[in-house]
Amino acid sequence: MDASEEPLPPVIYTMENKPIVTCAGDQNLFTSVYPTLSQQLPREPMEWRRSYGRAPKMIHLESNFVQFKEELLPKEGNKALLTFPFLHIYWTECCDTEVYKATVKDDLTKWQNVLKAHSSVDWLIVIVENDAKKKNKTNILPRTSIVDKIRNDFCNKQSDRCVVLSDPLKDSSRTQESWNAFLTKLRTLLLMSFTKNLGKFEDDMRTLREKRTEPGWSFCEYFMVQEELAFVFEMLQQFEDALVQYDELDALFSQYVVNFGAGDGANWLTFFCQPVKSWNGLILRKPIDMEKRESIQRREATLLDLRSYLFSRQCTLLLFLQRPWEVAQRALELLHNCVQELKLLEVSVPPGALDCWVFLSCLEVLQRIEGCCDRAQIDSNIAHTVGLWSYATEKLKSLGYLCGLVSEKGPNSEDLNRTVDLLAGLGAERPETANTAQSPYKKLKEALSSVEAFEKHYLDLSHATIEMYTSIGRIRSAKFVGKDLAEFYMRKKAPQKAEIYLQGALKNYLAEGWALPITHTRKQLAECQKHLGQIENYLQTSSLLASDHHLTEEERKHFCQEILDFASQPSDNPGHKIVLPMQSFAQLRDLHFDPSNAVVHVGGVLCIEITMYSQMPVPVHVEQIVVNVHFSIEKNNYRKTAEWLTKHKTSNGIINFPPETAPFPVSQNSLPALELYEMFERSPSDNSLNTTGIICRNVHMLLRRQESSSSLEMPSGVALEEGAHVLRCSHVTLEPGANQITFRTQAKEPGTYTLRQLCASVGSVWFVLPHIYPIVQYDVYSQEPQLHVEPLADSLLAGIPQKVKFTVTTGHYTIKNGDSLQLSNAEAMLILCQAESRAMVYSNTREQSSDAALRIQSSDKVTSISLPVAPAYHVIEFELEVLSLPSAPALGGESDMLGMAEPHRKHKDKQKTGHCMVTTDHKVSIDCPWSIYSTVIALTFSVPFRTTHALLSSGTRKYVQVCVQNLSELDFQLSDSYLVDTSDSTDLQLVPLNTQSQQPIYSKQSVFFVWELKWTEEPPPSLHCRFSVGFSPASEEQLSISLKPYTYEFKVENFFTLYNVKAEIFPPSGMEYCRTGSLCSLEVLITRLSDLLEVDKDEALTESDEHFSTKLMYEVVDNSSNWAVCGKSCGVISMPVAARATHRVHMEVMPLFAGYLPLPDVRLFKYLPHHSAHSSQLDADSWIENDSLSVDKHGDDQPDSSSLKSRGSVHSACSSEHKGLPMPRLQALPAGQVFNSSSGTQVLVIPSQDDHVLEVSVT
Amino acid sequence: MAVCIAVIAKENYPLYIRSTPTENELKFHYMVHTSLDVVDEKISAMGKALVDQRELYLGLLYPTEDYKVYGYVTNSKVKFVMVVDSSNTALRDNEIRSMFRKLHNSYTDVMCNPFYNPGDRIQSRWALLPVSASSPVQVGPTSCVRSSPGGPYSCVRSSPAGPLITW
Repeated sequence: MDASEEPLPPVIYTMENKPIVTCAGDQNLFTSVYPTLSQQLPREPMEWRRSYGRAPKMIHLESNFVQFKEELLPKEGNKALLTFPFLHIYWTECCDTEVYKATVKDDLTKWQNVLKAHSSVDWLIVIVENDAKKKNKTNILPRTSIVDKIRNDFCNKQSDRCVVLSDPLKDSSRTQESWNAFLTKLRTLLLMSFTKNLGKFEDDMRTLREKRTEPGWSFCEYFMVQEELAFVFEMLQQFEDALVQYDELDALFSQYVVNFGAGDGANWLTFFCQPVKSWNGLILRKPIDMEKRESIQRREATLLDLRSYLFSRQCTLLLFLQRPWEVAQRALELLHNCVQELKLLEVSVPPGALDCWVFLSCLEVLQRIEGCCDRAQIDSNIAHTVGLWSYATEKLKSLGYLCGLVSEKGPNSEDLNRTVDLLAGLGAERPETANTAQSPYKKLKEALSSVEAFEKHYLDLSHATIEMYTSIGRIRSAKFVGKDLAEFYMRKKAPQKAEIYLQGALKNYLAEGWALPITHTRKQLAECQKHLGQIENYLQTSSLLASDHHLTEEERKHFCQEILDFASQPSDNPGHKIVLPMQSFAQLRDLHFDPSNAVVHVGGVLCIEITMYSQMPVPVHVEQIVVNVHFSIEKNNYRKTAEWLTKHKTSNGIINFPPETAPFPVSQNSLPALELYEMFERSPSDNSLNTTGIICRNVHMLLRRQESSSSLEMPSGVALEEGAHVLRCSHVTLEPGANQITFRTQAKEPGTYTLRQLCASVGSVWFVLPHIYPIVQYDVYSQEPQLHVEPLADSLLAGIPQKVKFTVTTGHYTIKNGDSLQLSNAEAMLILCQAESRAMVYSNTREQSSDAALRIQSSDKVTSISLPVAPAYHVIEFELEVLSLPSAPALGGESDMLGMAEPHRKHKDKQKTGHCMVTTDHKVSIDCPWSIYSTVIALTFSVPFRTTHALLSSGTRKYVQVCVQNLSELDFQLSDSYLVDTSDSTDLQLVPLNTQSQQPIYSKQSVFFVWELKWTEEPPPSLHCRFSVGFSPASEEQLSISLKPYTYEFKVENFFTLYNVKAEIFPPSGMEYCRTGSLCSLEVLITRLSDLLEVDKDEALTESDEHFSTKLMYEVVDNSSNWAVCGKSCGVISMPVAARATHRVHMEVMPLFAGYLPLPDVRLFKYLPHHSAHSSQLDADSWIENDSLSVDKHGDDQPDSSSLKSRGSVHSACSSEHKGLPMPRLQALPAGQVFNSSSGTQVLVIPSQDDHVLEVSVT
Repeated sequence: MAVCIAVIAKENYPLYIRSTPTENELKFHYMVHTSLDVVDEKISAMGKALVDQRELYLGLLYPTEDYKVYGYVTNSKVKFVMVVDSSNTALRDNEIRSMFRKLHNSYTDVMCNPFYNPGDRIQSRWALLPVSASSPVQVGPTSCVRSSPGGPYSCVRSSPAGPLITW
């Protein structure tokens, strides 16, 4: 540089720098204009168009106006831009040609020549016109001539280089206009000059940069050149552009370093590789650090110097640009980068020097930012600065470790020497911070001065960093710094302070499942707990570590040994137990019951085999393993009865425990999957479904509070349950990995036993699994001896041999030799003894244990079955054949359709089959050996047949029909049917009309038998019959015993026909056929067929003159509504009781439909006079009932309810009279006494001709 | 290239984390874990942006003196974190991006494995590592093995010869 050669005005690198504009010519004139000019120039922005496609900018121009001197003009090769005059202005107010010619022109020429000599083309001539002056000098030329002259003389083709400023000091619009024009011109020219000169400068600079591969190229030189450009931009307040220059320099340098690292070394870079001797950190408080700048200029700067200077400039510009947070961010990058670059360039750095430099720099940057921002801004931008805080903390920590300030004893002499060296490298404090109490320099010096001071500073920084991290939610970072702090405290032998940080960090790692950090932190925590003497916690942590696969085998063994050592210590307090959670020690994998359904009777032996997976690296001898069992009695709960348990609780007896997911407790969000199971509860009696539903088995997992899951590490009160019931296994050595442990217990009290806790004791250390999940239970039951007798088939059938199953549940009773069941024989039920019947003996779990022949001895009264010997809680099963004899049949009345003595319908049967079977109960009393009381067992037998009988008439001939209906599911063979008259009247003959003697009767089918009644004399009024038929199951082979025939007794009364009723319908006279809607005549002929008989002797019979007559009532009813009976439909007639007495009745009826219509019914009733004794018995309703029954018996189609109703209404008219007065009564004639000879006949009715309506009813 | 690669589940537990050299594993675990702070911050700041405009690459998370930590988040909020040696100046933003894209592809492949349950730790030692190699790596056939009876399957790509990865 040429600084030494020419005395230049010292460039002051401050914000006050402005582009230089020189002023020549009339200095007084300029001085008068200057205030306005300097004020007006920056007022309006001007667009600056840039070269190289850079975006145009609006720029406010300011200038530093200096008097023109030749020395100001730069010489060739001078790269200084700050001192570069961008524009030269010549001021004149000459308005006199003479004056112009005399002085001004010469002066101008001289000025121009000087400019030309320096090839400066940026100039301007300003002619100030003053009206006042003009007036005074009248002889002046018109002003244009002077301007023209000047333009002519100097502004060759550049007429714009000459401007006129009119009356600059006046306040007129003309003045204003003139000023505006001038200022615009001035700004334009200034910008033109900038563009041109800066462009040229940039070109030169680029040329210089392109030479960078040439030997001898100096980065420092280039640096100065480009910085000059930056200065100019800064001067023009184009901080962005200025920053770009520094960033380019930064990048260029970085690239060189990288290339150097890659082996492409530049010579000049070796200057920067000098050993680091000074590490006084960044200096950001001055806009320009001249000291550093000069060292760069002198090419004496170290890498740190260059970086520091570069950054301080960048920082200044960024702060101008109001981007303090970028400063923080860049600072961190810079510091990291510098450390890397020094490493890359293999610059020798004394240990700790960089730490000092980084520490000082961090604090300097932070203080610089704090200096230009208010508190609120800083607080809301912690995220940007916290990195620097953290970095500073880290560096101070490593300095502390380096200088022996962290050790318990304090620094030794070597440490002190090192400290002194480090402090020496800091040099003296800079003057600008000398007065600041908290300057980075002072802080570092103080921190390194003593152990206490270091601790204070380090804790301050750490706490501030943690607080900042926490406040912006960077919890993990905060925990990480906390861990450093914990390490520091551990070094300082203050484990009580370290613990909280370690616990906090560990909790964080556990919550997020980071295995390695967990292991590492736990190891630190273990040490801390050991120092603190927290035995329980230490042992717990040790057990976790001993099972941690991220540790080496040796480390795991060490921690395991720690536990074993403690456990083997003779405890001063023998009852004292250290309770630790089990899961880190060993895990319960599965559990196996024997018997597999986990049900055992009282006194039985239950084995529980568990698989424990030991997590310990070495075999561990366990004194005892104990399972605490909770015992509960659930009385009145069917599920806990022996029957239910032995039948229903079937499982494979293996329970698998879900593996502990402790090391990776995934997230709180991922809950376990729902474990849903169907649930059916069946009724105990008939196994029908009572309730059903879905059960979620892991509700407790899903619904538990979220917070609790985060406290994974804490033992959280593992309470030892002290139960009366324990399963114990002593002296077990748990090998690493799976171990089988078997518990054996003898069941004592009946109830449910739930496995609650699993404890393993090693000396005074107890590992406890507080809850066993899924729930493991076993049941113990006791059982009373019981006898069950049940039919083998659905129902027992009477009359044929049937199998009955006997089940003896021994329960707690042991069947001894000679024990037998004593059955008291029922009269009508035989127990068929078969020689080869055998009994099976099962255990309660249905395993067959033996079978034995059954000895059955029968006497008159008692059948004795001797039971085989069987132990307690076994089941004996055998089958016996029984035969129910048909009980002595009682008389069946005519109205009694069912021929059994004790008929009762079982409600249940009614639902199963439409026709229900008649059943008989046989009660058997059984004496059991275990009880003094007899057991009474009722067996219900069903009669497979239902028999009905009917009397059929054909005029006076009579037939008895017997219908046998098979209600059972079996087919039978019927044989030898007999019908006998029990009264043995000789003149009565029953002639069978049945042809076959053997006849099959299939299930749900009927067989009919018919006999004709024949008599010679007057028949008896009633007939007692007994029907009997032999039967045997059709399918079965020959039975060993002969079976009794099936009998049915019944009585037939009044079977002799007394009256014949004949009805006829005649078309109206003159017609061939009946027509619908036309009246036809109905003739009813009632004929007495016999003389007076015994049966006629009743109240209705009246005697007069040896002639007997009886009163009959007839009634014409049309159930099917085919006919309309016109007029009286009923009437009372007096019928002589003599053969062939005939009564004729005429009636009018009208057919309602066309077609073959059945005749209306004609019914006959006995018309009885009132009798007080009877009137109370028979009311109208019962009479109607009788009536309907009698109608049924005719074998006509069943009357539907509507017809029944209509009939009822007919009679209700008559019966209403019954109520008040003593009225005659009606009695239906027994079915056998009336023969309707016209029943079944039909009359053809043709539709009437005018009846066009055809009614079709579809039902 | 990268010294540590981590795939981190939505819930911030590591699905896969491998580093080299292995002796410094712990340091990288801590580093990656701590970097999640910044990942969370960036994700929550990004949450406002529209889904389709969202940039998966999170950029530099966590510069340290020796390492640079970069982040990437998938749409399902699975995070990829890559630690790169600071001295490795060859790795610019573009390289990092392309490495993340490769990692994402590899992760997608792992997810496509029918034997892999999403959310499980990725067992394979090498499944995701090829992404960090600078040049295409020849890989042998993929074989699925069960590490223990009843245990999860893991797919292992065996290298035909020599070390699989050049760092």
